[in-house]
Amino acid sequence: MWFLFPALLINVLIILIPALLTVAMAFVTWDGVSDPTFAGLDNFRAIFADQVFFSALLNNLKWTAIFLTIPIIMGLVAASLLLIVRRGRTFFQIVYFLPAIIATVVTARVWQGMIYNPDTGLVGWLRIFGLHLDDPLAHPSTALFAVASVDLWHWWGFLTVIFFAALRQVDVSQIEAARLDGARYFQLMHYILLPAIRPTIGLMMIMTVIWSFLAFDFVYILTQGGPAFSSEVLSTLSYRYAFYNFTVGPAAAVALVISLFGLVATVFYIRVQQREVQS
Amino acid sequence: MNRTVDRGTLTIAYVVLGLGALVALLPLALMLVSALKTSAEIVANPLALPQIPQWQNFLRAWKDAELGTSLLNSVKVTGLTVVLICVTGSMAAHALTRQRARGSRWISVYFLATTTLPIQLYLFPLYFGFAKLNLVDSVVATSLIYTAIYSPFSIFLLRTYFLAIPVEVEEAALMDGAKPWQVFSFITLPLVSPGVLTVAVIAGLNTWNEFLISTTFLQARTAQTAVVRFYMLGGQYSSDWGEIMAAALIIVAPMVVFFLLMQRRFIEGMASGSVKG
Repeated sequence: MWFLFPALLINVLIILIPALLTVAMAFVTWDGVSDPTFAGLDNFRAIFADQVFFSALLNNLKWTAIFLTIPIIMGLVAASLLLIVRRGRTFFQIVYFLPAIIATVVTARVWQGMIYNPDTGLVGWLRIFGLHLDDPLAHPSTALFAVASVDLWHWWGFLTVIFFAALRQVDVSQIEAARLDGARYFQLMHYILLPAIRPTIGLMMIMTVIWSFLAFDFVYILTQGGPAFSSEVLSTLSYRYAFYNFTVGPAAAVALVISLFGLVATVFYIRVQQREVQS
Repeated sequence: MNRTVDRGTLTIAYVVLGLGALVALLPLALMLVSALKTSAEIVANPLALPQIPQWQNFLRAWKDAELGTSLLNSVKVTGLTVVLICVTGSMAAHALTRQRARGSRWISVYFLATTTLPIQLYLFPLYFGFAKLNLVDSVVATSLIYTAIYSPFSIFLLRTYFLAIPVEVEEAALMDGAKPWQVFSFITLPLVSPGVLTVAVIAGLNTWNEFLISTTFLQARTAQTAVVRFYMLGGQYSSDWGEIMAAALIIVAPMVVFFLLMQRRFIEGMASGSVKG
């Protein structure tokens, strides 16, 4: 059993103990220098009084809705089409997967400079067609969607490869039989393919919910939550409270709120995982 | 299923798949092309090929992003993390599959739960603790954080490999008088080496690309990783996109080459529930 010890020790020291301290921090006032004092629910009252908290929460919910639909549909369509074609499967899989291995900072800068920038990017280049667009990252109404698009680009190909791997396990004779019966693409998807890979889709949807509340990198790098907090999400808000405003209590309180959403999905996730392990 | 697919369907399938490939490749192509252009050329037409390849973009990028130092830092952090994860992860996975004691199920659940926690839930006390202990800007301390974050997925992935080995192999060695650590090091570990390689590849990729931890814990110029220096470069010289894209290419190139050489390991590893970047 001591074989478990190194991994467990590192994990407990780095994650569990600091996480418990964060829980404690959510209920104290502390500026990082002087002694902390017990504050009850003051930190939670402080974040609930901050309008940005609710817009950030709403942005996380929008983010979840976007990622539960668009990339999953794109992934399912592309994966099912890969099942139809035979030549080029490996090529398409490699190409689709490529964005998933690029560092988030690099992806963010490429989109910022070469796509969204009105001087140097594709958005600016559209002026030759008479389309005068501004930087979508610079407007409160579009910033969140512009950031989400970058994450979408980085993410949908990964889902395609996962879904394709699952689809390949579907019994070929079942597909053949359906096709001989004259099933068209949508019927094939609806009656055979989607039901067959439901566990994979379900798992990816649970992970999507968890990850949507953890989203940080692209927002932080592309907009820092701006303009005017319009693209702020809970994780960037928490980071800002701690390292920009030096208010660790509210930062911890926000982290607890994020964890709460994650926890619900996690309980779900663990139950599904255990069912899979057992079967 | 190909036999029953008509030409029309096949054509539509290829058109849609081709559009998907275009979406995936266009930003990468823009990065590649822009890395060789002058700022004026980029402004004139981001899609055009460079008139004369501007190789000096790479030289300036190397100097301004201090890539000599920062890439070396990335290599150190990534290398140390990979070693730590492979060692502690394979030991833990072995314990959880072979030396099943009471509570090992709960330890698995604990590991699984930590993979879904927001980093912000442990980041702040960790940062202040490390600052007190003078561990900020330390490659070793940062590698330990990555080890903690990425080892659960490694354990779960390696577990499936250990489960595939017949117990009799190890039992026979134990009967012959080998010590448990000898059985683990010389018999079991070589048998799961493909799994260890997959774990090494994914942990390496994730560490190399990681931003939030490295920007928080490696702040001194001399300690920053390539990804963080690159982030600063974009902030400082934000108009010189040729230079920024050249730096991007240098940082991304090793991972892309790795990926093309070992796609199956990447796909298998990331599919087994690693962290989303």
